Amino acid sequence: MLAIIDYGAGNIGSVQRACVETGIQSVITPDPADLKKAQRIIFPGVGAAPTAMENLKRTGLGEAIKQAFAAGTPILGICLGAQVVLDRSEEGDTPCLGLIAGTTVRFKLQDKSLKIPHIGWNSVKVLQQHPLLADIDKEDEFYFVHSYYPQPAKPENMFAVSDYGGEFCCAVGNKNYFAVQFHPEKSGRFGLEMLQRFARWDGSVPAKSGAKGK
Amino acid sequence: MLSKRLIVCLDVREGKLAKSIKFVDTKDIGDPVLKARQYYMDGADELVFYDINASRANRDITLKFVEAVAAQIFIPFSVGGGIRSIEDATKLRLAGAEKVNVNSAAVKRKELISEISGAIGAQSTVLSMDVKKTTKTREIPSGYEIVINDGTHMTGMDAIDWAKIGEKLGAGELVVNSIDADGTKDGYELTLTRMIADSVGIPVIASGGAGKPEHLYEAFAIGHADAALVASIVHYGEYTCRQLKDYLHSRGIKVRMKF
Repeated sequence: MLAIIDYGAGNIGSVQRACVETGIQSVITPDPADLKKAQRIIFPGVGAAPTAMENLKRTGLGEAIKQAFAAGTPILGICLGAQVVLDRSEEGDTPCLGLIAGTTVRFKLQDKSLKIPHIGWNSVKVLQQHPLLADIDKEDEFYFVHSYYPQPAKPENMFAVSDYGGEFCCAVGNKNYFAVQFHPEKSGRFGLEMLQRFARWDGSVPAKSGAKGK
Repeated sequence: MLSKRLIVCLDVREGKLAKSIKFVDTKDIGDPVLKARQYYMDGADELVFYDINASRANRDITLKFVEAVAAQIFIPFSVGGGIRSIEDATKLRLAGAEKVNVNSAAVKRKELISEISGAIGAQSTVLSMDVKKTTKTREIPSGYEIVINDGTHMTGMDAIDWAKIGEKLGAGELVVNSIDADGTKDGYELTLTRMIADSVGIPVIASGGAGKPEHLYEAFAIGHADAALVASIVHYGEYTCRQLKDYLHSRGIKVRMKF
């Protein structure tokens, strides 16, 4: 069973509909106990980090995510699910789950003609190969909508970047946890393909093949 | 680099395509879901549905329609028309709309923008503004005035001021719809679009007047828009989304070419 975590943060239904479209069985659950039983977990979410962390604490889902991570369950984070897994977020100076070392930071753009939030389609440059990033071409674009992004402390946790007034991290990972800042469920064909790869992923990351070229 | 967006607008009434695009193709009559799917496959970056006859009575029909669309397209889409409360906005979000558009109701009661933005986030709150050119006065220094109720009622509000207020209250995007250009197919209102795009820090969507691919190019290159909204130019089969994007790409505008 694939569990989609419902903690009151945004468009959970869209994620499930994308799963239906790609033939992936899933359940939406607000119950921490379900995460223990789940074979895979999607941790989605849009909204503000302080509210999200508050909800995760209150419901016990935050602790359940940590346990599932420790147990080796493959987890895919989306958007907020890529932000609150770091140590802390600049948004409301919020302590976060700490599954990946680093901080979630706000865009600080020199170019004042660039708008925040970063909304729309952008291409993704893969820095390190990962089973979920397989077959992604530099011209494939994904849908973003965010003002903050994850900045891992160690390069080994940074898997892909995108460019908006400079490169920023858009995919983070640590062992069986992988998360993207963009929305695969809203990114057309290439996003749906990523969800399909997640449904097949066993949570392991092959030994580093070194940084990938441009 | 971020791509410029092509947004297709569909008018719906009680879950059916409104008359304006009803005659496109006989087998599509009354099925905006099919049409939406077609645009999705053809490379539209986003869709917007305006429920032109939204009322409390048919709200459930709208929600069912939104759910049906959400099951078929996997790009963002927004819904506008008759949104007057947090509850309206939240229900549409849960039904699968990525964003909601507010227009006249926000002009009548500004707090609506901050309420919705607080509940579902700025990124999901779109302020649509209908604008008419007028004489420059002390109240309307830009010479562009906000109109409501489908352009029938002048408000005495300056369009640039309203755009800035909307941003401040928590709108995440602005749709700038020129009532003068709408339906003319003579091109977007570039002066207006540029004035607003240069005055706010949130994305601006040009709307009204697209008749040929060059107009979209102008909206981006001259109007400084982040996205361009099209309707009849694609509904009547004159151009496909792909053709519009091929053209923009050939003119050096970055658009999403693989879909």
